[in-house]
Amino acid sequence: MANANLAGLQRGSVAVVGAAESDLGQVAPNTNPMDLMAQATLRALEDCGLTLKDVDGLFIAATQVRMGPMAFAEYLRIKPKYFDGTIIGGSSFMSHVAHAHAALQLGLCNVAVIAYGSTQRSVSRAAASPRDFNPYESPYRPFLPGSAYAMAAIRHMHQYGTTREQLAEVAVSARKWALMNPKAWEKDPLTVEQVLNARMVSYPFTVRDCCLVLDGGGAIVMVRADRAKSLKKKPVYVLGTGESLSHANISSMPDFTVSAAKESGAQAYAAAKMKPSDMQMLSLYDAFTITPILFLEDLGFCKKGEGGPFVASGAIAPGGSLPVNTSGGGLSYCHPGMYGLLVMIEAIRQIRGECGQRQVKNCDVALAQGNGGVLSSECTVIFGSEASL
Amino acid sequence: MPSLLKESPLGVFQAHLVKGELAYQVCLDDNQPFFYPRACAPGTGSENIEWRVSKGLGTVYTTTVVHYKGEPPLNVAMIDVDEGFRMMSRVEDIDPMQVKIGMRVKFRVHPATEKAAPYPVFTPVEKQ
Repeated sequence: MANANLAGLQRGSVAVVGAAESDLGQVAPNTNPMDLMAQATLRALEDCGLTLKDVDGLFIAATQVRMGPMAFAEYLRIKPKYFDGTIIGGSSFMSHVAHAHAALQLGLCNVAVIAYGSTQRSVSRAAASPRDFNPYESPYRPFLPGSAYAMAAIRHMHQYGTTREQLAEVAVSARKWALMNPKAWEKDPLTVEQVLNARMVSYPFTVRDCCLVLDGGGAIVMVRADRAKSLKKKPVYVLGTGESLSHANISSMPDFTVSAAKESGAQAYAAAKMKPSDMQMLSLYDAFTITPILFLEDLGFCKKGEGGPFVASGAIAPGGSLPVNTSGGGLSYCHPGMYGLLVMIEAIRQIRGECGQRQVKNCDVALAQGNGGVLSSECTVIFGSEASL
Repeated sequence: MPSLLKESPLGVFQAHLVKGELAYQVCLDDNQPFFYPRACAPGTGSENIEWRVSKGLGTVYTTTVVHYKGEPPLNVAMIDVDEGFRMMSRVEDIDPMQVKIGMRVKFRVHPATEKAAPYPVFTPVEKQ
């Protein structure tokens, strides 16, 4: 376990003090991913009242910027004391939070910025995230990452009787939340029938079972808890983190129905000294409709195999028992290639009480689940308000 | 381990394919088969590795059907080969939607072309 090395981390010793998206959707021609990172970073600094001169920790992952910390430090013309370019797909940023927690607590830096940007809609997914050639997979031409998740879904359907209708309910619930988020890309209601009848991509997934392909970015600012109290917004404390690597290629996933979120979640719960029933809101990386189902099971919100009926009951939709992906998620709000930073921003905003119409009442604890590759890397962060400490 | 200056794991695998064989490796320290071919055994790190040839029979672990625009539907499947390793492949000679979990399949070689190396595919095992 990567996180075993971080066993000395103290619950609540660091906090997120600034959080912001860049412009989302389709950006102007020739916008650079780092333009989006910079815009989000300045907005996140403005959000907490710090400036670029305060930033001495930089955590960057982006598929279009191969050596992220170096490139972004140059762009900003800063000289960070501490930097980290861990890139493990969409969960990179949850991993960065864990690493920033350690760096801040040890005094290796004082103000950490985690930032991301992508122009994958503008330049195409193939150009933004070119895949490695794998002689044992590429000849079969799987539509990656979709076909990998599709094979996980087919296995889950076989073992547990999960249905395409239940998968579709994940997309429908996300869309209901998205209609309450002014920043969401999708603006129209969605039905189960529309999901099932949309263009087939990789069975059992239609295009509506798959995340959006958009431009966008985000940034968060983290400091130690003592400093957090004097800044503009209510601090959102890091209560616990977990990181787990399972495999890189889908052929090497041990059990297609169990994700490594089981391990990252257990680490995060232990660090936070909390259990699933303490979570008041979940932000679960929804690259495809199967992923929230796997995470609900693997993070302990329902038994293995019961994720399908759980989502079909309306539990995760507005008015349900467990608010999940209140932004509208990667399926309906925004998915700019590696979506993990935006997954956390929604959880942070819920704890701050900034979510307007979609605000979860009295939200003091929220869990953000990052997912990278093809169910390859799973990282969990549990955030809490001052009341949760 | 043989010198990587002389042969590569992928090179040996492909040489077997040219002979019509599906080859895999076994770690002789823990007797575990593994796939894809590597320069050391995963987990043990042992270089005490043996190449073996599979009987070429396996079972579909999971499957999908990919729809590329303007092309016929394409099967992609994970095959649990009887000797105890899993690999990605394609099940041919059958409607891609009829490839089901648990189906018994048999290996054959998809021959090399000018542009691409040979690779293993599978076909349904005829019911006896």
